[in-house]
Amino acid sequence: MKPDRIYMDNAATTRVDPDVVKAMTLHFSEGFGNSSSLHSFGSDAGRALSKSRETISRRVKARDHRLVFTSGGTESNNLALKGIAFANRKRGKHIITSSIEHDCVLNSCKWLEKQGFDVTYLPVDSEGFVDLGGLENAIRRDTILVSIMHANNEIGTMEPIGEIGRICSDHDVWFHTDACQSFTKAEINLEKQNIDLLTINSHKICGPKGVGGLFIRRDVAIDPIMHGGGQGSGLRSGTVNIPGIVGFAKAVEIMNDSRVEHMTRLRDMLIKGVLDIDGSRLNGPMRKRLCNNAHFSFRHIEGESLIVRLDLKGIAASTGSACSSGSLEPGHVLTAIGLEPEYTNGSVRMSLGRENTKDEIGYALEALNESVDILRRISPFKN
Amino acid sequence: MYNETVMEHFMRPRNTGEITDADGIGKARNPVCGDVMHIFISVNKNNAGEEIISDIRFQTFGCVAAIATSSMTTELAKKKSLDDALKITRDDVARALGGLPPIKMHCSNLALGALHAAINDYHEKQKQSKGNAQAGTL
Repeated sequence: MKPDRIYMDNAATTRVDPDVVKAMTLHFSEGFGNSSSLHSFGSDAGRALSKSRETISRRVKARDHRLVFTSGGTESNNLALKGIAFANRKRGKHIITSSIEHDCVLNSCKWLEKQGFDVTYLPVDSEGFVDLGGLENAIRRDTILVSIMHANNEIGTMEPIGEIGRICSDHDVWFHTDACQSFTKAEINLEKQNIDLLTINSHKICGPKGVGGLFIRRDVAIDPIMHGGGQGSGLRSGTVNIPGIVGFAKAVEIMNDSRVEHMTRLRDMLIKGVLDIDGSRLNGPMRKRLCNNAHFSFRHIEGESLIVRLDLKGIAASTGSACSSGSLEPGHVLTAIGLEPEYTNGSVRMSLGRENTKDEIGYALEALNESVDILRRISPFKN
Repeated sequence: MYNETVMEHFMRPRNTGEITDADGIGKARNPVCGDVMHIFISVNKNNAGEEIISDIRFQTFGCVAAIATSSMTTELAKKKSLDDALKITRDDVARALGGLPPIKMHCSNLALGALHAAINDYHEKQKQSKGNAQAGTL
């Protein structure tokens, strides 16, 4: 059986669940009010906002945190980093992050360096894990924030955020984690894991694009980066995106353990099959890996060529190959894990979703085998 | 991102493989993106006594554009005299492919680099064998 098209790029974005669309639609047509308005239209919208906030907050056992809704992961990470930096610059100007963060964290840090802040970029090991001893050594008296992601978006490494949270709490430094890839897919408990700030977003879990959130512990000093009418407890001005937030909450409600188990099973089947291909390797760890992430390299295969061949076979995956990037250089994550050059160009990320099936994995494996074979035949490198 | 001609040459590249007794072999590598191309040529004289590329093959490790430009470069160079083959420009290659994304223009440079290297290699070998022949007669 050859399926029509197979989507295996769920780490990029996901299809919005029909129940999410349904929940949102009502808030475009009937419940369209502005949650800041005093009339009944406004209070209806306000109620929907509160209910959504509760649903999402429950998921991470939030007690002493407020949830500020944003336009997505990028904005949440920008708010966390720049907001903390500027509100605390009299206390200290040092920030610690890892070398494998998403670009929105790394580029915010680079911008903060230009504003006079000092940033330490922690290295990672060959599986992408941050060294806890290294983190502890990097903390200084003027450190105000540690920002280390939960699950890496490329290679799926799940950082030990519980331990990181404890270290930060011991040293009285605020801890922010970007959970864009892991939210609802792995357990997050703000209290137990000592998380002061948590970035989440909606479109990676079958919710709409353009909605995200930042949980902020109530005693954290943070400045807004968006100024205006004072919405979002003054931290995120702008008319509240009620349909988006309602859709986000619905997506959280729908996501459950059996879906996580389904994705994990398919992921393991895919990894096992791909590792049977000659000259293939799995990037990122076998264990402590995000449930829907598989990331491979094929020796002497160029990633873009492979992705385009797969696409013509109906399979949507992604690559961080040098040739597919604007800079023509290998991505920062593969460089940080010290991948050998003959592997860095041939990387493919296949990120699964709850709609994927066993048959699709089987078909994808066939297509991969065939494409790798064809590309190796015209390659000057002999394996 | 790529047009139909580029995709056609990527999916069904012309003149792939190697020539085991090639008269010239050229290799080119882009140190930034890591793409590698090898071009093999056989050279014969035509009726007018000109040296022409009678056969040409390539092996490429690289992206869609790298493979498509390799394929097109071999198509353009095939049956051409060595002098004419050296006159092929990267714009000729890109034009024959119906255009390349700007960031991929360097790929056609790489293919031409390999072609030029193969022709130079042929000339070098000729010089050497002439030298050897002369040494033999002395």
